[in-house]
Amino acid sequence: MPVSLTTQGLPVWKRRTTRAQWLQYVAWLLGISLFLICWKVISDNTMWVFVEDAGRQGADLLSRMLPPKWAYANVLWKPMWDTLNIATLGTVFGIMMAFPVAFLAARNTTPHPLVRSAALMVIVSSRSINSLIWAMLLVTILGPGVLAGIIAIALRSIGFVGKLLYEAIEEIHPTPVEAISATGASRMQVMNYGVLPQIMPAFAGISVYRWDINIRESTVLGLVGAGGIGLQLNASINNLAWDQVSVIFIMIFATVLVSEWISARVRHAII
Amino acid sequence: MSELAQTSLEARMQAARKGQWRRLPLIDDPRWRWGIAVGVVVYVVLAFASVDVNWARVAEGAGRAVNFLSAFMQPDFVSRQKDIVAGLLESLTMTLTSTVLGVLLAIPVGLGAARNISPLPVYLVCRAIIAVSRTFQEIIIAILFVVMFGFGPLAGMITLAFATIGFMAKLLAEDIEDLDWRQVEAVRATGASWWQTMNHAVQPQVMPRLIGLSVYRLDINFRESAVIGIVGAGGIGATLNTSLSRYEYDTSAAILLIIIAIVLLCEYSSSHVRRWTQ
Repeated sequence: MPVSLTTQGLPVWKRRTTRAQWLQYVAWLLGISLFLICWKVISDNTMWVFVEDAGRQGADLLSRMLPPKWAYANVLWKPMWDTLNIATLGTVFGIMMAFPVAFLAARNTTPHPLVRSAALMVIVSSRSINSLIWAMLLVTILGPGVLAGIIAIALRSIGFVGKLLYEAIEEIHPTPVEAISATGASRMQVMNYGVLPQIMPAFAGISVYRWDINIRESTVLGLVGAGGIGLQLNASINNLAWDQVSVIFIMIFATVLVSEWISARVRHAII
Repeated sequence: MSELAQTSLEARMQAARKGQWRRLPLIDDPRWRWGIAVGVVVYVVLAFASVDVNWARVAEGAGRAVNFLSAFMQPDFVSRQKDIVAGLLESLTMTLTSTVLGVLLAIPVGLGAARNISPLPVYLVCRAIIAVSRTFQEIIIAILFVVMFGFGPLAGMITLAFATIGFMAKLLAEDIEDLDWRQVEAVRATGASWWQTMNHAVQPQVMPRLIGLSVYRLDINFRESAVIGIVGAGGIGATLNTSLSRYEYDTSAAILLIIIAIVLLCEYSSSHVRRWTQ
C-alpha cells in the first residue's frame, strides 16, 4: 500500500505511489495538450462571426418552427410508409445475407480459417461504413429511390447482425452438438438440430433490435436521395419551411418511440 | 394453460415413442404463430407493391457499379490528397474534442440520472436531457447546429458532443444504479462528505467502465464524423460527398478505404483498452 512518512515520521495513507502519481500527471499533460491542439484546429476553421449570433439564430429558428404546420402531416403518410418499408425490407435482406456470413465467421462452425477471415472482413467493412454513406454510393449507382435505401440498410445490417450472431454461435453449448453428431447426423443436420435451436432466441432478439435501429437510420436516408421521409425533410429544409420541418421531427420522434417500444417488448418476450 | 401444455407435452412424448418427432416451435401459441405468419405475408406483399423501381435507371447504373468496383481495385490517394488530408484532420480533431467535451458534460448528467444518488427533480431533468439527445439521429441534430453555428467543424463538434452526452450519461447512470452499495456505506460511515463519497466510493467502481465506454464512444464519434459532413458540418464526409458528386470514384474509394482502416484501428485499440481496464 502506498504510504508516505510525515515530518514526525508517522505513516500517512496515500492513494497512489509517487511513480504512479507522476505518470498520471504526465498523461494528463499530454492529453490536455492534444485536446488544445485539436481545439486550435477547429477554431481556425470556424467563422466566429457566425457563432456570435448563434443564440439569435437559434431563437429565430425556434420561432419559425413553432407552431408546426399540422396540415402538412397529410402529405407525410406515404413517405412514412416508404420509410418503414426501407427499414423492414432492408432488415430482412440484411438478415438473409448475415445469416450465412455469421456461420462462416464463427470459430466453431466455419469450414476453414481462411473462409473465416474473409467472412470477418465482410462484417468489418459493412460495419465501418455508415448506412448514409452506403446510400450515397447506391444512389449514384441505382438512382434515387426506395430501392437504394433498402439495399443501403441491408448492407449496413449485415455487419451488425453478423457480428452479434457469430458471437452467439461461438457461445453455444457444445454438448447438444456432440449429441446430434453422435447419432450420425450430417453436417447440415448438426447445424439444423444442434446449433440452430440454441441461437434462435438470440437471433430473433438481434433482428428486432437491428430493425429498431434501422427505423431511426431510414428516417434520414432521404437526405441523400434514398427515399422515405428524409426526402420531405430535405425538401422542407431547402425551402426553409421550418414549420414543416418541425412536423417531420415530431413524426420521426413518434415513430422512433413506437419502434423502440415494440422492440423492447419483443426482446423482453423472447429473453 | 399449464394443463394444456402438460397434455400437449404428453402427446408429443407418445408420438416420439412411435418415432414421430418434430422440433418445438419458436412461438408456443399456434394462434400467435399463424397470425404472425399471415401478417408477415400480407405486409411483404403490400410493401413490395408500393416499392416502385425504375429498372431502366438501374440498368443504366450497372455500368457505374462496375466502374466503382474497379475504382476500389485502384484507389487514387494522390490527386485530391490535400482535400483528403484536410478532411481527415478535421474529422479526427472533431472526434477527439467532441468526445472529451461530451464525456465531461455527461458525467454530471449521468450522476443526476442515477436514481440512487440523486433527488427526484434532478433525476427527471437529467433523464429528459438523455431522452432528447438519444432519440434524434446525429445528422438531424447536425442540420440544426449548422443553421445556428454556420458551416464548419464547430457545428459538427457540438453535434457529436451533444450525442455523446446522451449515450454516455445513460450508460453511466445505469452503471451507478447497480454499483456495490456496501462500499458507499462504508465510506459514508467514516463521515465523508458528498464529494468524498463520490470520489472514493462511486468513482473507483465506475471508472473502468467509464474509460471503456469513452474509448468506444471515440470510435463511434469517428464513424459519425464521416457522415455529418454531408449536411455541412465539416470533416471527411464533405470530401467524400464532393468526390461522389464529381463521379471521381477512385478518390471516393480511397476515402472509404481510409475510413475503414481508421475504424478498424479504433475498434482494435478500443477493445484492447476495454480489456485492459476491466
